[in-house]
Amino acid sequence: MKKILITLLQDEVAPRFDLATDVLVARTDDAGRVLSKKTLVLPAPSGEQMCQLVLSEGADVVVCGGIENEFWQYLKWKGVSVVDSVMGPWERALELSAAGSLSEGMILYPGRETD
Amino acid sequence: MDSLQDTALAGLSPRAVIEGLPVGVALLGPGLTLAAMNPCLEALTGFSWQRAAGLPCGGVIRSSLCHRGCPAAKVLEQGVRCQGTGNLINRAREVVPVRITASPLLDSAGRITGILETVEDLSRVAAAVPAADGGLDGLVGVSPALRKVADLLPAVAQTDSSVLLTGETGTGKDLLALMIHRMSPRANAPFVKVNCGALPEGLLETELFGHVRGAFTGAVADKPGRFSLAEGGTVYLTEIGDLHPPLQVKLLTFLDDKEVFPVGGTRSVKSDVRVIAATHRDLEAMVAGGVFRADLLYRLNIVRIHVPLLRDREGDVRLLLRHFLDLYAQKFNRDIPGFSPEAEALLKTYPFPGNVRELKNIVEYSTSICPGGEIQLGHLPEYLALHRESPLPARREPPGLGAAPVPPPRSRAGESWSVIERDLIVESLVACRGNRSEAARRLGWGRATLWRKMKLHGL
Repeated sequence: MKKILITLLQDEVAPRFDLATDVLVARTDDAGRVLSKKTLVLPAPSGEQMCQLVLSEGADVVVCGGIENEFWQYLKWKGVSVVDSVMGPWERALELSAAGSLSEGMILYPGRETD
Repeated sequence: MDSLQDTALAGLSPRAVIEGLPVGVALLGPGLTLAAMNPCLEALTGFSWQRAAGLPCGGVIRSSLCHRGCPAAKVLEQGVRCQGTGNLINRAREVVPVRITASPLLDSAGRITGILETVEDLSRVAAAVPAADGGLDGLVGVSPALRKVADLLPAVAQTDSSVLLTGETGTGKDLLALMIHRMSPRANAPFVKVNCGALPEGLLETELFGHVRGAFTGAVADKPGRFSLAEGGTVYLTEIGDLHPPLQVKLLTFLDDKEVFPVGGTRSVKSDVRVIAATHRDLEAMVAGGVFRADLLYRLNIVRIHVPLLRDREGDVRLLLRHFLDLYAQKFNRDIPGFSPEAEALLKTYPFPGNVRELKNIVEYSTSICPGGEIQLGHLPEYLALHRESPLPARREPPGLGAAPVPPPRSRAGESWSVIERDLIVESLVACRGNRSEAARRLGWGRATLWRKMKLHGL
């Protein structure tokens, strides 16, 4: 079982980790099924607050767009796997992440899906 | 918004129109998707056009304006040119300050058919380093040794010749390379730094020259190399003495033909970049020893600038101390008027084997430790006190092959600041039984600073 946190901008993975206010937190099982999901909203965009949220939620994986190296290093240091530079609908990102097949820099737009 | 094909650009490739422009430029089509972007924007964002084509501009440019106040979205609402200042995060996870201007492209009926977006890198516009009193255009100091180097720069910058910077570690070769670029006609194009000693051979080759799709396992798309990303600008190759012999040949080919061969590619790619190389090694001795190609040395050695040691820059220590004190006092929000006479006297007699970098680190440490008022002897790193008790003769780098041999330290005075700082962190952590908050307090740092420094030292 793992916990996946995706930064959101409307229906897509947010282009910036530090500027996103909405996040999706999902629990998945080993078979890649989504067991539960919830949306959280930060009062204001902040990279530090987002890192705190990742840790307080106990996320194993963070899926985001661009992320500053300092936050990326910090989360890696805390044992969180960060899959960054992901572009496209968050639902597809969640599906692939749950299946363990999402990788850095993937483009997930329909008809444009590339790794 | 109609297609860009309806504009006056019809019949021309949009990319061809914007290719040579010295700032990042994108043409946006319907849905604010990328219809074209120029090499300068590729360099700025780290996304190749091949990968970015047709994607929403926000996912590629990743500007702070994308979430709020997107200039392109405002153009669609208001129909007039919009501008904003913010930053972007590139593929290398670096934050780059930018100014984004979006202008509508109108057809003959006045309808918006596309948006022209320019992305200016403000970090390149900013001054190199603010000069202190008597500063020489970004270089801090007034010594004859430094003046000799500073006098050379304007003339060197105006040529397109390769430059070789030599000098001990910490003398400021990187700053000089950046200054040459900024004073040159290539100033508006990218300055790309590559550390030749930091990456293994295979990785460095793809980093420098790029690779084509399928060149090796995991090469799922074409990737432009640093030479392509620096198109029109300057590639700064630091630690050139550490360049692997096969790559020396490839670099030689580039210097001769101005063409690069991406890994796995069959066709060469023209690249208009200037090369500045730097090393702290004795390249002539390496040539004699057969580990560095003589022909590469001759091609790099067209303009050679030797950066003087700090201890040879008479009178500059005082100016540098003041310069970095002002910088860090402001950064750490400390009210520190200066150094006490004892502390200043000690610093003026210290030989600074790590040159300006060591001096800078000493000032950073002292400023972070000093709660306010003058910096006293006790605020200086401990190893300086050892120097006061038994001053060591200035250590000079012997010419030779390979890495500059550093004699095993007999006392802390012989150790680099990095080693001392690492030991300080370890000692504090041990004393605080691993409690990072306490250790940070003990060191006079914030938790984030301690964390950053622990990462830096691999702790």
